[in-house]
Amino acid sequence: MDRLDELESQSVFIFREAFARLKRVAILWSLGKDSNVMIWLARKAFFGRVPCPVMHVDTGKKFPEMYAFRERYAKEWQLDLLVEPCPPLDAVDPTLPPAARSAARKTEGLKLALAKHGFDGLIAGIRRDEEATRAKERVFSPRGAEGLWDVRDQPPEFWNHFNASPPPGAHLRIHPILHWTESDIWAYTRREGIPIIPLYLARDGKRYRSLGDADITFPIASTAASIDEILDELAATKIPERSGRAMDHESEDAFERLRKAGYL
Amino acid sequence: MNVQISHLHPAVTAAARALVRIVIVGHVDHGKSTLIGRLLHEAGGLPDGKLETLKAVSARRGMPFEWSFLLDALQAERDQGITIDTSQIRLRTPARDIVLIDAPGHAEFLRNMITGAAQADAALLIVDATEGVQEQTRRHGYLLHLLGVRQVAVVINKMDRVAYDPERFERIEAEIVAHLAGLGLTPTAVIPISARDGDGVARHTPSTAWYKGPTVLAALDAFSPARPPADLPLRLPVQAIYRFDDRRIIAGRVESGRIAVGDDLLVMPGGKRARVKSIEAWPVPDGARAPQVAHAGQSVGITLEREIFVERGDVISAANSPAKSGKRLRARVFWLHPRPLAVGGEIIARIGTAWSPGVARKIENAVDPGLLASDGAEVIEQNHVGEIELELSALLASDAHTADPNTGRIVLEFDGRIAGGGLVLAVETDGNATVARPRHAPSLDELRTKAAALARLFADMSPAERIARLRREITGRIVFTTSFGLEDQAILHLLAEQDGDIDVVTLDTGRLFPETYVLWAQVERRYGRRIRAVHPRHGDLEALVERHGINGFYDSRAARMACCAVRKVEPLNRALADARAWIAGLRADQSAHRQDMALVSADLDRGLIKLNPLFDWTREELVDFVSANDIPVNPLHAKGFASIGCAPCTRAIAPGEPERAGRWWWEDESKKECGLHTRRL
Repeated sequence: MDRLDELESQSVFIFREAFARLKRVAILWSLGKDSNVMIWLARKAFFGRVPCPVMHVDTGKKFPEMYAFRERYAKEWQLDLLVEPCPPLDAVDPTLPPAARSAARKTEGLKLALAKHGFDGLIAGIRRDEEATRAKERVFSPRGAEGLWDVRDQPPEFWNHFNASPPPGAHLRIHPILHWTESDIWAYTRREGIPIIPLYLARDGKRYRSLGDADITFPIASTAASIDEILDELAATKIPERSGRAMDHESEDAFERLRKAGYL
Repeated sequence: MNVQISHLHPAVTAAARALVRIVIVGHVDHGKSTLIGRLLHEAGGLPDGKLETLKAVSARRGMPFEWSFLLDALQAERDQGITIDTSQIRLRTPARDIVLIDAPGHAEFLRNMITGAAQADAALLIVDATEGVQEQTRRHGYLLHLLGVRQVAVVINKMDRVAYDPERFERIEAEIVAHLAGLGLTPTAVIPISARDGDGVARHTPSTAWYKGPTVLAALDAFSPARPPADLPLRLPVQAIYRFDDRRIIAGRVESGRIAVGDDLLVMPGGKRARVKSIEAWPVPDGARAPQVAHAGQSVGITLEREIFVERGDVISAANSPAKSGKRLRARVFWLHPRPLAVGGEIIARIGTAWSPGVARKIENAVDPGLLASDGAEVIEQNHVGEIELELSALLASDAHTADPNTGRIVLEFDGRIAGGGLVLAVETDGNATVARPRHAPSLDELRTKAAALARLFADMSPAERIARLRREITGRIVFTTSFGLEDQAILHLLAEQDGDIDVVTLDTGRLFPETYVLWAQVERRYGRRIRAVHPRHGDLEALVERHGINGFYDSRAARMACCAVRKVEPLNRALADARAWIAGLRADQSAHRQDMALVSADLDRGLIKLNPLFDWTREELVDFVSANDIPVNPLHAKGFASIGCAPCTRAIAPGEPERAGRWWWEDESKKECGLHTRRL
């Protein structure tokens, strides 16, 4: 087994645990590179058929290429797609900095979708190497009744045994690719031939390294026009992956506040 | 040393580079987070702007520059200056991709330390030179042992605060090495550093010119990734059965061994027989390339030739060596819940993918591993460890941890949350199970009862009768371990005179006397049988010699114990791995310390009966027997050697000296054991 095989095997194991131990789970599909790998891994885990809904909590502000991708592959991969809207900006905590406040619409949309569908588990494609509070996550991460993340009291988790009994009203976030890196994602995407949104590839000296809402996500300077070139770029760069995501950088605690309140 | 930075390692080769997960543990404020910050800085692994951000974050709190803010990302952590939860960060060295796992040092957050450390292949244990070994140093060391982390390096930090004093370093080194040796761990290095200033982290500085070992980065590069156990019998805990189409796919991960199309299986705990029809995969490969075999570590799906009832929690096992099934088991566990675990306490036990409600029927040896103080009561307090006997409501498949590290692990759940975990020491197999097991594994109570019964039975017998009767009483393998001493020669002679099928094994430590090797060849000729040699694991041995030097055992008791552990104890454990009984040559009058050993005892850790057939013989009786039967003996006995072990650690004794005075003669009389014959009854 090489490293990608090991990563894949662990993710498949996590998917199967989530599906076996929870009653009603959904995979959160943000259409980005990470969640596309995640859907691919779900198909591996369940031999081609994704056995639970795939939910896109839609801010309505994604890039057109992302919506086109969603329509095409939801059909091609025979996904049970749920698209759930987000409430307007007025409904969101006004004390957050502007970009974070905008991003927090997704948290509110997520809460509404949870209430509507009664999911007890949401499978999300976050990774430890993206951001320092995500590095502190559990694979099975409990969320309180309001979707809150109690970072001061995370349960112990070891030896691939997961806490899978959320109290009534609460739910679990399951993170099957928590242990992957950005380079792992691209190397696996290349090996498996997973389709990607072309915005990740450089055009006119720029490419998107991370995709979010069109108005608070910015491209980086890059000449990487293929996955091979992206991998070379990542091996050399010292710029963080989420540098183009405005909401991370407004204040020291902006992202932690978002995540404690239920953001991914 | 100039650490290479990332652009020298193209990502396209990343999959081929070894990935090692290393946890940094130790007492609070001994400098774990600072060391991580320093390592990243030295290895060029920090993203642009990070240093400036950390400076700003520190300044905002009116503090001097704080490396720990790199990983202590939570506001609560930064405001209080403590690590609450475990975190991970990547580092690249010339040889490796490394995942550094930060673990909190506060006792209050031990559950988070365990969450981090359980994912590690290796550990760096950090000790503050000004404070020395503290409560959490010991506790974390003990937990590494329970978590199965076998590779450990120690760093003695803040050497700048003690003026780089080599004597202080050596005192702390001796203390921590001794503590780890007691847990069966030999550090690969003990390194004096200043994480704050960088001494010893990526390069040596003149301040520690007296230190000749590796830097921290070099020590990290010497660790290897823990591999799934491919050599053990198959264990495939079932996660689920999928019937998405006309296939009935059994899904799970091969935790040990391998599985191939056509293999015969036993599905435990039920014991149903099955045969592998196919190994399934997606995307569906064309017929010729369908997988035929899967190995330890792979998540797989299989179908069976005949439809039998299989469910989540079953352990698909190699037919010739299945997992055990039982409702009672003994485990050494750590307990994390604020409410202590008491006798009668109800928990959920999880092993592999199976679970069952259970009750703690007995609690023994409860201790605080930080203070090494016995709780003296039948409860295990929060963050303490102890041995429990569990009675489960359902039959579960499992193994002793010495047989299989994965199915030999248990997790305890309390109040809907993981609350503890540890090692399965023994499984009492279920008497009503209809399984045709290749050999009967005794329960603990059975072992104790059997040992007591044999002791009574053997009391008035001769050594020859004892051995012959043991062979009739024990089903399964019996191993006699010889070191070619006088006692062992007598036993070997007795074995040769009877037909019993008893394996003869010797532990070739590599440091035996030339005379011993000559005698070994001589007795093989005389008795016409091969004596099986078990050697130390070469990797362990190389690490030991690297660490302590070729004769380092004279320097400290810790080093001597570490040497015994690598050269004798670990090989012995392998020699006895599947034995049901063990014959050895201890006699009661050999040393003060051995008088509490017995003619027959139950070795509960190894799950076997131990017989010392010559236990009640005096030295005179032994010498008479040997000469009467013209048994070849080691010529060293004639030169004043009484008890003969490894050459560097055995000397002749003067007339009137106790018999074992010639073993490790530079140490205290009461501590002279290598750990082979610890009393376990």
